[in-house]
Amino acid sequence: MARVVVDVMLKPEILDPQGQAVQRALPRLGFEGVSDVRQGKRFELEVDGPVDDAALARIHDLAESFLANTVIEDFTVKVEEMVGEEK
Amino acid sequence: MTARIGVVTFPGSLDDRDTQRAIRLAGAEPVALWHKDKDLKQVDAVVLPGGFSYGDYLRAGAISRFSPVMESVIEQAKSGMPVLGICNGFQILTEAHLLPGAMLGNNHLHFICRDQKLRVENADTAWTVDYDAGQEIHIPLKNMDGRYVADEHTLDELEAEGRVVFRYRDFNPNGSLRDIAGISNAAGNVVGLMPHPEHAVEPLVGSGRTDGLPFFTSILKKLVNA
Repeated sequence: MARVVVDVMLKPEILDPQGQAVQRALPRLGFEGVSDVRQGKRFELEVDGPVDDAALARIHDLAESFLANTVIEDFTVKVEEMVGEEK
Repeated sequence: MTARIGVVTFPGSLDDRDTQRAIRLAGAEPVALWHKDKDLKQVDAVVLPGGFSYGDYLRAGAISRFSPVMESVIEQAKSGMPVLGICNGFQILTEAHLLPGAMLGNNHLHFICRDQKLRVENADTAWTVDYDAGQEIHIPLKNMDGRYVADEHTLDELEAEGRVVFRYRDFNPNGSLRDIAGISNAAGNVVGLMPHPEHAVEPLVGSGRTDGLPFFTSILKKLVNA
């Protein structure tokens, strides 16, 4: 088993009012020096079997067609760790 | 003869019954369609109603877009069947790429519910022939994710081809680019908008106006004269 992480972020040119609301709250919490916040989504996929190139290609297709809407979002796919394997 | 107009019910649809009623009031026959059923029951047109299908999980419309009924709707829409998406239905149509662009959360981050003034920009689509171009109408608007976005090139193309069908007037309720409230595909058979014409079809309820009824008489006229 392996964990594959898909991170989805709004494209830079798309307004992110949620991120802006978070950013504006920071000074009230005494946290200075953060000029911008953008909020995204993280998907952790626990994948059975080997994560080879073919499996990654399928996950890439899944991310492109479903997990992200590429009209407004960018995404990255990365293999994070092997789960439950002896070191 | 009359026209048979399908209304899809997804898990989380809210306005399917109101839409059926609006179709009946306009003189057409509403046909209930089910999200799990690919069979469109030989309807002449389809309405995707408002609501929060699949809880708006992932993105509004993102999961519904892959439901069995949408396979048939997408296929038929591409061969010219009229399709109207209202609110969540509009979101599903953009997720299905039957309409360009995408819907995002309102720029003020609040749910909004109000009587909204719109200008009809295109009275030639299958769903708007009973309006006059430039006519101003009031119909209810109620949504969380109503901010229409698309890249500049797409927006220019929509404007140049007359595919901005409705524009918000006086007040932009959600930050939609270029005040866009509704658009159509290039052929004009697929239309999506955020406000709810099905809630403005009887003088006794809602805003007391019937400004939404021409959506449903338009499609009836279009289908019966076809």
